[in-house]
Amino acid sequence: MKQENILTPTQVNQYIKGLMDRDRLLTGLLVQGELSNYKIYPSGHHYFSLKDREGTLRGVMFRGDAASLRFRPENGMQVIAGGRISVFPRDGQYQLYCARMMPAGAGDLHVAFEQLKQRLFQEGLFQQEHKKQIPSYPEKIALVTSPAGAAVRDMLRILGARFPLAQVYILPVRVQGEGAAEEIAAALAWANHNRVADLLITGRGGGSMEDLWAFNEEVVARAIYASQIPVISAVGHEPDVTISDFVADLRAATPSNAAELAVPDQTELYGALHALAVRLEHGIGGTLQRHQRQLDRLGQTRCMASPLNYLQDKRVLLDYQSHRLSHAAEGGLSRRREQFIGLSAALDAMSPLKVLGRGYSVARQSNGAVLTLIRDISVGDSLTLRLLDGSLDCRVENTHREDL
Amino acid sequence: MATKKKLNFEQSMIRLEEIVTLLEQGEAPLEQSLTLFEEGAGLLRSCTVLLDQAEQKVKLLTAGEDDSTVETEFKGGD
Repeated sequence: MKQENILTPTQVNQYIKGLMDRDRLLTGLLVQGELSNYKIYPSGHHYFSLKDREGTLRGVMFRGDAASLRFRPENGMQVIAGGRISVFPRDGQYQLYCARMMPAGAGDLHVAFEQLKQRLFQEGLFQQEHKKQIPSYPEKIALVTSPAGAAVRDMLRILGARFPLAQVYILPVRVQGEGAAEEIAAALAWANHNRVADLLITGRGGGSMEDLWAFNEEVVARAIYASQIPVISAVGHEPDVTISDFVADLRAATPSNAAELAVPDQTELYGALHALAVRLEHGIGGTLQRHQRQLDRLGQTRCMASPLNYLQDKRVLLDYQSHRLSHAAEGGLSRRREQFIGLSAALDAMSPLKVLGRGYSVARQSNGAVLTLIRDISVGDSLTLRLLDGSLDCRVENTHREDL
Repeated sequence: MATKKKLNFEQSMIRLEEIVTLLEQGEAPLEQSLTLFEEGAGLLRSCTVLLDQAEQKVKLLTAGEDDSTVETEFKGGD
């Protein structure tokens, strides 16, 4: 065995790595397979395997590349991974160094959209209970959108035509491209922090799904959800639906539609004011009429129609009443007099003198007490007998008691 | 609740509705009804004047230093 043929493992790995790194196929290929063992390490690198029925291929996606992932790779998902195959010399293992990955079948944006929608839905960000009322007559409206382009022009035109009373602020942001989502989210938070308006509209004109993507980003969704000020989302054309639409308090089909939903139409307001004016006049008219009728009714009564006649009537009534009164008084007096005479006669009949006059006499003991019973007097006691015209001093000779 | 404070458009509309409903119910005494009517008529006037005189105002609003708000004129959407 010749010395120069003996190699170290590192040399072997390096040799194979060299071969692979020069191979036309291995330096740039697409591999489709099912994801398994997907792990994100604290370093930020993503590790996984790609499987088919018979085989497995290891793969790694470094942090920088993983940051550009639109969707969340999940185990079991069919994906197409693009990159190169090379050797990791420490382990002597070859693997796929994945630079980009997309779901097989649907586009990555569609998958990302569905994933985020599902996730935020489960978190409750789309719940109806959380949605805030759009003010009926907003005083200040902030448009979080690009200051250039048709969308802002359309919104300003319609807002101005319908309800020029509202002050409009434009919070200029980029609505597509790198960092657009973060700018939109920051503007929404800033608008809330400074309370710049009582209604927010965020959106942009139509474009590809890629163009509208900022409004499908989680940061924007969360900023809309966190907004204390009601938010109308106004992205793209009618059929375009974004995550922002689901989170917003109100979804408008287009920016123009958002402007229509945001404010009342002044033509209708003039109409409403006119209707209120009519009702107001009717209301006070009814009240006045009612009082007028009451007044008329009172005016028609006799006392108000001809007060002199009324007084005369009353005088007649008064005369009649006083006549009745004096009559009644007189009648009462003579009746009383007769009563008095009757009573005096009865009283006279009761007088003790009258009784003595009929032959009775009153016996009094020496202490002056009237004597009525035998047991109050004894033989030998003295007593006085009162007669009609004088008295007799007597002494008891004998007593005869009778049972009553 | 006739407040002396100036109501904004929305408050005025709400108060107007309230007054009209009260008058239509016709339960308020005459004196109060007349006061309500006067207030309502005033609100109608002020709302109409607000609409008549409204001119759309558009400002560009950006963050200045210390996150303060800076208003600048907005010169068209082109």
